[in-house]
Amino acid sequence: MEKEVFTVSRLNALLKECIESVPVFHNVCVLGEVSNYKLYSSGHAYFSLKDAESTLSCVLFKGNARMVRFRPENGMQVLAVGRVSVYPRDGKYQLYVNAMMPSGAGDLQAAFEQLKAKLDAEGLFSPEAKKPLPCFPAKIALVTSPAGAAVRDMIRILGVRWPRAEILVVPVRVQGAEAPSEICAAIRLVNENHLADLIITGRGGGSMEDLWGFNDERVARAVFASRIPVISAVGHEPDVTIIDYVADQRASTPSNAAEIAVPDQAEIRSGLQNAGVRLWKAMEKKLDVSRKLLTSYASRRVLSEAGEVLNLRRMDVDLLRERLLFHQQRILSAKKHHFSALTASLDALSPLKVLSRGYTAALDGEDRIVRSVTALSPGEEIGLQFADGRAECTVNTLFTGKSFSTVFNKE
Amino acid sequence: MAKKKLSFEESVRRLDEIVKHLESGDLPLEESLALFEEGTHLVSSCNTMLDEAEQKVSILRVGKDGSVREEPFDGEEDL
Repeated sequence: MEKEVFTVSRLNALLKECIESVPVFHNVCVLGEVSNYKLYSSGHAYFSLKDAESTLSCVLFKGNARMVRFRPENGMQVLAVGRVSVYPRDGKYQLYVNAMMPSGAGDLQAAFEQLKAKLDAEGLFSPEAKKPLPCFPAKIALVTSPAGAAVRDMIRILGVRWPRAEILVVPVRVQGAEAPSEICAAIRLVNENHLADLIITGRGGGSMEDLWGFNDERVARAVFASRIPVISAVGHEPDVTIIDYVADQRASTPSNAAEIAVPDQAEIRSGLQNAGVRLWKAMEKKLDVSRKLLTSYASRRVLSEAGEVLNLRRMDVDLLRERLLFHQQRILSAKKHHFSALTASLDALSPLKVLSRGYTAALDGEDRIVRSVTALSPGEEIGLQFADGRAECTVNTLFTGKSFSTVFNKE
Repeated sequence: MAKKKLSFEESVRRLDEIVKHLESGDLPLEESLALFEEGTHLVSSCNTMLDEAEQKVSILRVGKDGSVREEPFDGEEDL
């Protein structure tokens, strides 16, 4: 019997079928140390699990990576769950990871799942309990650490998007044993004193242990009890904490929370512009319709006697149209000129400004400005007002003509 | 014109209402014009509110007696 000759593809495909037909490979749990961990921009991660003697290739696809609640690092002991199969192109078998947890953190993980199930059963995650966020929050409380990138990023993004919103930083520790009670107290304080109409609470990225304060039952209950809507903003995109489920809105990062919290003023401005255009168009249309109506009435015989009245109404329409034009122009130019006109007139009108340039004002006995030399007579008492004071003087001699310029010509 | 100063949100809501009302076209001319005037005023007052906005950032201080006080916050600080 002749030996069968396989193509490489055929052989790899056979091996794949063979491995996949073994039920135990469909769901295996492997303990090992992460090495060669590489996260691609596609979101898929490739790494190996190894122990003292062997290594195993592993793939963590993007969809599953979202479910992993920590950032795998080389050297980390992990427990990976997945299926074993062959990647035919490379002729290599690997573990397709569905879930993964730090092996040391098994207890934390268990505690997390337990608390999640308990709060869920109590209805803390229910969609009906979620409060709507204000469209244009007037004041936002940031319950977070006053130091670090998270608070800075949030303030910056909120400032760019919606500077009308006032920011109140409510400083708390965001990791360590004290963190949960401080976060709870801060949320209560903001509620009791009505300090804001929106709360963002969270922190920047960190290890599972760093973020643990936001998995605390007390924090979850404080967020649930808040009458002011709360956005949770803990860590990076893949990090999920208990308060993410309880909060009225979950943000993937602190920066993302700032984007969710307020509208973008650029969009609002273009919306306003659009509204202006629509107003104008609707009004024009209305005027057109009215005009046509008038014309058609005027052309009817029965009404011709009322021609004069109609003409009057036509004039009304013309007047209205003019008012309309006037308004449009006023609005266009008013904005342009308002500020410069305001500052210019302020300057020009300030008597102090004039006096400070070296001019003085002459005041008569009743403190009225003397505007002409002809109003004075020799021997009369006048006051001279300077920028910084006043001199009482007596008029000696009077000249008419532009003596002012002769003073300057002498120099 | 404006009886009382509307908040930004109220202004935007009212403006939306006016645009829709005016676009429906079934109002008398005088009423349309009055709405148009109110609408254009709202557009410019909203723009002014945006132009004048300046971000205010403060930090909450809690006294020993539990009293709260807000102070300007300019940058970051350690706890």
